[in-house]
Amino acid sequence: MTDSAVVTVSALWAVIAGTLLCGFAVFAVTLDAGLSARAHGAGGGWFTLPSRLARLLRQRRRTTVAADTLLWRVGGIGMFIGAFLMVAVIPLGRWTLADLDVGVVWFNTIDVLVWALVWLTGWGANSTHSLVGGYRFLAHGLAYELPLMFALVAPAIAAGSLRVGAVASAQQDDVWFVVWMPVAFLIYLIGVMGFSVWGPFAAALATDIAGGAGAELSAVDRLVFHAGRYLFLAAGAAFSVPLFLGGGAGPWLPAWAWVLIKTLVVLAVLVWLRRKVPLLRPDRFMSIGWTILLPAIVVQDLVVSVVAVWKG
Amino acid sequence: MLIGIAFWVLAVIAVATGLAVFVVNSMARATYALAVSFIAVGGQILLLQQNYLGLITILMMVMEMAVMAVYMVMFMGMNPALMPMDMTHGKKTAIGASVGAFVVLAGGALLVPWPDRRGGPPDDLTHALGLEIMDGKMLVMAVVGAVMVATIVAGVVLAAGRTRYDRFGDDLRQRGSNGASLGGAQK
Repeated sequence: MTDSAVVTVSALWAVIAGTLLCGFAVFAVTLDAGLSARAHGAGGGWFTLPSRLARLLRQRRRTTVAADTLLWRVGGIGMFIGAFLMVAVIPLGRWTLADLDVGVVWFNTIDVLVWALVWLTGWGANSTHSLVGGYRFLAHGLAYELPLMFALVAPAIAAGSLRVGAVASAQQDDVWFVVWMPVAFLIYLIGVMGFSVWGPFAAALATDIAGGAGAELSAVDRLVFHAGRYLFLAAGAAFSVPLFLGGGAGPWLPAWAWVLIKTLVVLAVLVWLRRKVPLLRPDRFMSIGWTILLPAIVVQDLVVSVVAVWKG
Repeated sequence: MLIGIAFWVLAVIAVATGLAVFVVNSMARATYALAVSFIAVGGQILLLQQNYLGLITILMMVMEMAVMAVYMVMFMGMNPALMPMDMTHGKKTAIGASVGAFVVLAGGALLVPWPDRRGGPPDDLTHALGLEIMDGKMLVMAVVGAVMVATIVAGVVLAAGRTRYDRFGDDLRQRGSNGASLGGAQK
């Protein structure tokens, strides 16, 4: 199945796509701040984003002794850029920036880059806590990445294509993939939280190691690194829409609006989960990943494959 | 034109970062210089319109370098970033072998009479590539893949016995495991 129902638009629209992604990230930051404020019995939180932004932009950059500045900066800047590359293959209703024939693999490649980026951020500062954070992320990565890869495989098998547009259109007049691949969807969301260093997977940045990989980050370096995490979270939420949630399918509203609404809902759930799920210790999650998630997702893939063969 | 420029830029990056692996004196820089070199090679494969192979090359090499960083700490027993070190050993043999290989391959590429293109690329390159590599042995390969994964997992399970680094809970005088060292799943 190589035909695809999406239209590739001019590269200038990348500006709009980037703006939308930033908008989602702003939503995530604000929602998180609002929930934080409420958890402390206060209200508001709406002013958090501009104040954080202003503070970090005005802050003077700190540095450490014998820091590997090149690798350090590459880590932070890479985190900021990565999510923008991800959204290039996500169709917004009928339009997409790049109708890549291996769009799912493209997404996977970018999310693997995070392994290098977080570790480089932890390494570059030449600081113990920072380095421990970097390795914590790799330990989490070793446990979430394989299940995530197999989770990405499931919709691709069902649609018979690695093209994101084709995966979305395979669900147009059918049940959404989330209905008969719930395990793959859940593990996909776990993976998104993993590569965004978010919620239960924020051990690399945890307070018990003084902020871990981000311990020595300051000023604009801190800004791009953490903005990158929110952008990745938003991009991950957006990618779940064509993959599992039927793309632009939905009544009354146009397809692009449904994509945005679904993205917003998934993103809100991910942000909300941060307060509901405890931090997962990397060593403990290692055995959860390898003894529960991996077998579960392989069985899910088997079911999907059998159904795909049976349907012809 | 654009593809020509991209080719040369990627080629220079690939060779330059490949050389950098032997020039830099930090293990982290050497590791990631190699990763950048492979990313550039992956980019070259993308230029050949083998999207799947190109992306998989980038994916695997970046992941591999990240995992190498884990081994770095597991086996080095020190923080190599803090100690500048010579990244090479067996220099003469290595230089001889790599220059020799480069001359043979580059000479081959220049001297071999390249055939003219016959036919066009198929619609679905990834699918065609899979058929070309595995052909009638698709089922065997699929089964072997699963067996290989099982072998790797079993190997790791056998190798990763309990060691003195395991944690026996907060009380360090405690003799046996309270389950914490096994991770959350088995508790």
